[in-house]
Amino acid sequence: MLLEVTGLAAGYGALPVLRDVTMAVGQGEIVAVLGANGAGKTTLNRVLSGLLRPRAGVIRFDETLITTANPEAIVSAGLIHVPEGRRIFARHTVEENLLLGAYRRGRTRRARNLARIYALFPRLSERRSQVAGSLSGGEQQMLAIGRGMMAEPRLMILDEPSLGLSPRLVDEMFDLVGSLAGDGTAILIVEQNVVRTLDLASRAYVLENGRIALQGEAATLARDPVLRQTYLGV
Amino acid sequence: MSTALLLSALVGGLANGAVYALVALGLTLIYGVLHIINFAHGSLLMLALYASWILWSALGVSPYVALVLLAPLFFALGYALQRWVIGPAGQGRDANVLLVTLGVSIVIDNLALAVFGPATRTVDIPLATSTIDLGVMYLPLPRLIAFVAALLLSGGLWLLLNRTDLGRAIRAVARESDAARLVGIRVAHIHAVTFGIGTASVAAAACLLLPSFYVSPDAGYAFVLVAFTVVVMGGMGSFPGALLAGLVIGVIESFSGLWFGPSLAPIGIYAAFALVLLFRPTGLFGARA
Ligand SMILES: Nc1ncnc2c1ncn2[C@@H]1O[C@H](COP(=O)(O)OP(=O)(O)O)[C@@H](O)[C@H]1O
Ligand SMILES: [Mg+2]
Repeated sequence: MLLEVTGLAAGYGALPVLRDVTMAVGQGEIVAVLGANGAGKTTLNRVLSGLLRPRAGVIRFDETLITTANPEAIVSAGLIHVPEGRRIFARHTVEENLLLGAYRRGRTRRARNLARIYALFPRLSERRSQVAGSLSGGEQQMLAIGRGMMAEPRLMILDEPSLGLSPRLVDEMFDLVGSLAGDGTAILIVEQNVVRTLDLASRAYVLENGRIALQGEAATLARDPVLRQTYLGV
Repeated sequence: MSTALLLSALVGGLANGAVYALVALGLTLIYGVLHIINFAHGSLLMLALYASWILWSALGVSPYVALVLLAPLFFALGYALQRWVIGPAGQGRDANVLLVTLGVSIVIDNLALAVFGPATRTVDIPLATSTIDLGVMYLPLPRLIAFVAALLLSGGLWLLLNRTDLGRAIRAVARESDAARLVGIRVAHIHAVTFGIGTASVAAAACLLLPSFYVSPDAGYAFVLVAFTVVVMGGMGSFPGALLAGLVIGVIESFSGLWFGPSLAPIGIYAAFALVLLFRPTGLFGARA
């Protein structure tokens, strides 16, 4: 397994959020994390990328312990977190955002990756010298993912990438995630869009109050009556 | 009033203003990136004035040469101060950080008083008394050098912030520090580098000031009050704002000195300050509320 999480606990101050979370993501696999608002999905992502120290448990990435590693070491190892709400650098140009994505990579790889991203996202290429804050919501999401790709991820964590996008852009975004995985990048995707996500992922975990309440093959979960009742209301 | 007199007040004001801007640049940079108000800024300026004065009185090094030496030295001092004193002691809480920078300034001020005593000291280099003939007036050479150097240093800082990887990282940390961490930027290091750059620019300002100024343990305060005014007037954290406000304040001070007499010159500064805050509360270049 590329990412292996065992018995993870985390929280803020006196507030415990995650309890005994055990999960894994394989090489090139798409894994979904589902759950209601406040279930702890973003907290899990923050712990995995080193923004928040866990209270207990073990995290391994590519056989290496990263439980208490710094974000920069985790980025260098190839675990890239594209955060909820995009968090692009609004006053930097589009190109500067992309270059910052490859902050931990050398100049030649940076230039190569930039060319690849521009080929994939012609709209970002057209707007390369515009400030990122002036982009539309959809373009900003593409930029956030493009910035993540600049770091050459082996595992990319996407936190609610379809939030606030029009239906057409949601389609584009899911296609993009599928093609990223097709190129060998493992994906851990957090989404509210349960149907589309279970369609895309091979496996899924359902978080409830910081614990894993359900897990399994995405196709099986898509037919699970409890899940359908809770998240789809059918 | 003669045109010559007005022109010379303008030139003199611009020359002073450029140095005010230089002192303020470090302050506004540190505020814009770390979101802290550095109360030790004036004390660091005073410390650099003494360092420059010592180099001159002990080794005969001209302050202009000392600049090349002291800017990197003060960069290191500022880096260490933020990385190992202010950062850890502040623990990210504004009130803590405020008290820590205040504490640092008290320590530096009292050390200076203990080591150097309250006496006022000056350097005496031939260059300090040379003037150049501008036709309408004679401008003391040190003030011309200070003006040109302050503009060059501001331009250099602007290029550093806007045209380099380091500058990109500094600006990223300033506005989106979590996202900066997520691309692998070491935020504590960038904070310290920024504090170092601010401290180096105050050391540069000190070296440019010394030939036409003096140093004493409270010398920093004469400038830092004006520098705070410049920072707020320019828009907290704004670089072009600080530069423009510095020049504007220098000129206003010079003209109000001309009309009301030198001892009342600051009145003009604070009147202009009040007007700016009244009509543009976020400063000349600040984001509109
Ligand atoms: N920075 C924070 N400080 C304190 N509590 C937080 C913070 N971020 C999230 N929480 C709390 O942690 C819980 C889980 O939040 P989060 O991980 O954001 O959930 P999700 O992403 O699944 O919506 C919520 O109860 C939330 O209020
Ligand atoms: Mg969330």
